[in-house]
Amino acid sequence: MTDLFAFGDTGWGDEILHGLLITIELALVTLPVGLALGFLVAFAALSQNRALRTLGNGYTTVMRGIPEILTLFVVYNGLGMGLNAALSRLAPDAGPFEISPFIAGVIALALVFAAFSAEVIRGAFNALDPGQIEAGRAIGMTPAQILRRIKLPQVWRFALPGLGNLWINMLKDTALVSVIALNDLMRMTKVAVGVTKQPFTFYLVACLLYWAMCVLSEQVLAQMERRANRGVRRV
Amino acid sequence: MHPIDVLQSYGPQFLNGALTTVALTGLSAILAAVIAPLFALVRVGGNRWAQWPLRLYISFMRGTPLLAQLFLVYYGAGQFRPTLEAWGLWPFFRDPFNCALLVFAVNSTAYQTEILRGGIQGVPPGEVEAARAVGMTRVQTLRRVVFPHAYRIAWPALGNEIILLMKASAIASVVTVFDIMGRTRQVFAKTFDFSAYLWAALLYLALTAIFIALWRLAEARLSRHIGARERGAGTEAVTKGAGA
Repeated sequence: MTDLFAFGDTGWGDEILHGLLITIELALVTLPVGLALGFLVAFAALSQNRALRTLGNGYTTVMRGIPEILTLFVVYNGLGMGLNAALSRLAPDAGPFEISPFIAGVIALALVFAAFSAEVIRGAFNALDPGQIEAGRAIGMTPAQILRRIKLPQVWRFALPGLGNLWINMLKDTALVSVIALNDLMRMTKVAVGVTKQPFTFYLVACLLYWAMCVLSEQVLAQMERRANRGVRRV
Repeated sequence: MHPIDVLQSYGPQFLNGALTTVALTGLSAILAAVIAPLFALVRVGGNRWAQWPLRLYISFMRGTPLLAQLFLVYYGAGQFRPTLEAWGLWPFFRDPFNCALLVFAVNSTAYQTEILRGGIQGVPPGEVEAARAVGMTRVQTLRRVVFPHAYRIAWPALGNEIILLMKASAIASVVTVFDIMGRTRQVFAKTFDFSAYLWAALLYLALTAIFIALWRLAEARLSRHIGARERGAGTEAVTKGAGA
């Protein structure tokens, strides 16, 4: 049993560890991209401009309503087809272009993360106390100062629990990218299963690794929430 | 191909896929809905030794990808083939639809248990005390007072869970179940026509919209004895009922 997971040529320990690192890398790269997009969509949904508002709300409605795996296939196949069509027009001699599964995974997961996080961020902005913003204006702060000193620190506090849940969901959704042949934890497990013919053992180990990442994330998030709420007066 | 042509050529396949998606989601949601209330009661008032295995189960279901759970059962069953054959269970585990159904039901049970636990804990203690005071037994109190109110509290969250389950059920296509996603991948592999994905997205959105409408109707019926004003912003159906 332990030789199965040995490091080196004899066991699968190093292969699975490598897959685990790719999974973590994928999630860590997706997070800032998805969060930035999420802020953009939230600002669009909160904007005074009607067209922007419709666009922002439409994006979250559609994106949250279709399965993540469908989004992934649309990005992987669609982006590849689109880029190839553009490429063949610009440079007819160049061969077909392959979009990397990692990039496709980051884009698809970030698009999904953006849709869900936009709703969380929008809710956080709506939860701000209007009196504080008036107070900021009354003492002569500029809108940029109000955003930076009053709004953002509290939006962070209000949005953190929701964003934490989304991070855990996204971490789990990275497993889907194995379907388009990224060598992540799930895919390396599949390779090991193909050779060893011990599917239950290996998938159980994969499950336990994902579980460990999620439990660890929960602990870190709880710590971050305590930190974000350190200045709040308890009644 | 024009998107309409794709729909004309492969419409029956998409429809067939939609039926599979509805069957898979519906059956697993119903199976979970049968078990979840029992688990929720244990989570609320069970003893410590009944609590911790349940907590572990819920944490595992929520902390691992559904795809990994599906692979664990569908491919993992192969490792125990002689045992499963001896027990006559092998034909069940060989079928990807059955495995997906089992995994989704077990997974959704965990989520529904936590939602119902919240609902049960949201029932005001005064209601339970009043039920005891008029001499209801424990079972009567649960059936007539606690569960009706707990379900009313949990209803929107349960609806969300079923929508998430329907979206998540698309991963069954990875183990060759021909649901909407499975049919879509089949059509795309044949035609390389991008509009296959477009129709799939529209189908999922339509199913979600239909489900939300039905769920709201059911919610209005669950709350029909409560005045619209008391409920805050009531749905139209309730407002009409109260006005009549």
